[in-house]
Amino acid sequence: MTSMYGKVTDWATDFDHADPEYNERAHEIWAEFQSSGCPVAHSDRYDGLWAPFSHELVHEIAYDTDHFTSQGVVVNTGRPIAPPPVGPAPPITSDPPFHNIARRLLLPPFSPKVIAAWEPEVRRLCNELLDRMGDITDGESIVDGAVQYAQSIPVNVIARMLGFPPADEELFRTFVHNVLERINEPQEDRAAFMEPLGDYLRAQIEDHRANPREDLTSYLLNVEIGGNKLTDDHVAGSILLLLVAGIDTTWSAIGSSLWHLGTHPDDLKRLVDEPEVMMFALEEFLRAYAPVTMARLVKEDYDFHGCPMKANDWVLLPFPAANRDPEQFENATDFIIDRQENRHGAFGLGIHRCLGSNLARLELKVAVEEFVRRFPKFEVSGETRWSVGQIRGPRELPLRVLETA
Amino acid sequence: MRIVVDADKCQGHNRCFALAPELFDVDDYGTAIALNDGEVPAELEEKARLAAANCPEFAITLED
Repeated sequence: MTSMYGKVTDWATDFDHADPEYNERAHEIWAEFQSSGCPVAHSDRYDGLWAPFSHELVHEIAYDTDHFTSQGVVVNTGRPIAPPPVGPAPPITSDPPFHNIARRLLLPPFSPKVIAAWEPEVRRLCNELLDRMGDITDGESIVDGAVQYAQSIPVNVIARMLGFPPADEELFRTFVHNVLERINEPQEDRAAFMEPLGDYLRAQIEDHRANPREDLTSYLLNVEIGGNKLTDDHVAGSILLLLVAGIDTTWSAIGSSLWHLGTHPDDLKRLVDEPEVMMFALEEFLRAYAPVTMARLVKEDYDFHGCPMKANDWVLLPFPAANRDPEQFENATDFIIDRQENRHGAFGLGIHRCLGSNLARLELKVAVEEFVRRFPKFEVSGETRWSVGQIRGPRELPLRVLETA
Repeated sequence: MRIVVDADKCQGHNRCFALAPELFDVDDYGTAIALNDGEVPAELEEKARLAAANCPEFAITLED
């Protein structure tokens, strides 16, 4: 893996969220920007990149579909080819008015009542992963909360929903890593390592066309817009979205929540002693450790509060930073496990609210509940390795089990 | 107390439905609906306030 860029030396003028230091030190970096008087970073990397860190500016861009397009939502060294308003992965890469048409196709299968039916299956999966950790000796055994637990939960659920073999989970993680983490490699290299993903999706579409079944892939192949079936590119793009967005986002949220509990014994004890506090804790995990930063492209040259944005510049939407902005939240940098007022934007703000938010919440809630039920006392023990790029969460999370239920 | 949901602002975060299912429902598209014409029984006023205070889109208002 060869990044086109070197180490960041100045976060304000040479910003790069793919520098591993960024996600490791994210909370400090955001706080520095939010108190600096100029909450916007810029970089010539990626052929032009802006990153605002205040809630006010993130909010403004999220709602402004006139100056910013969703055609590209993952910053990388290239630019998307599929044009607006559809973009390469509808509806996340789509703009109004097409966006709403593509989105409405996918909202019903992810509505709260449909998703609630998955709870027993998610709980079963979590317990299977906990059982697989083998014999545990309290005070000695170290389990990896990311590798042995968090990373396997969402991938198994979304694979089943799409009708893909859950046995391919390692392959899906490779795809996701390629799309979301290898963003700073030359465009030719990216095109080459993205090819197997396109091939895989095409093969799945062919297989589902030949053997229709009760899953989201068959649903997308059958559904119509204005009397017409979706194009294969649309179907492949939507599947790509569900696969990529449904895996390491929630994996990251579960991992960050376990990291928090493994470094804050009082919060862990509260959650074990008062399981009903989970209703608020869930939202506070999402606020304080929101995993997802989105992106937009600038449509035409635009003076944004004095920032001379050029057409086709990338703009990051760091919702996780907005969630910790003291101008918007009381005691923004504190984790308050039963925070009563919590209008966080972990799932985005505006028309692109995360389609899978009900599923993500269910997986995060059940994963944390089952982990603390099995291990009511544990602590982070060793080096946590954080992801790189727009999705922030632990990729290695050594936890020492102190007590087994 | 009466709940008013602004359906144009609602983006389907479903926080109100999770916090106060006695007062809200959601349709297949995740859009919130105030139950019982928005009328809030006195014993559920606290829950109505909680739901309003947790809407990321400020789509819920409470009228006295």
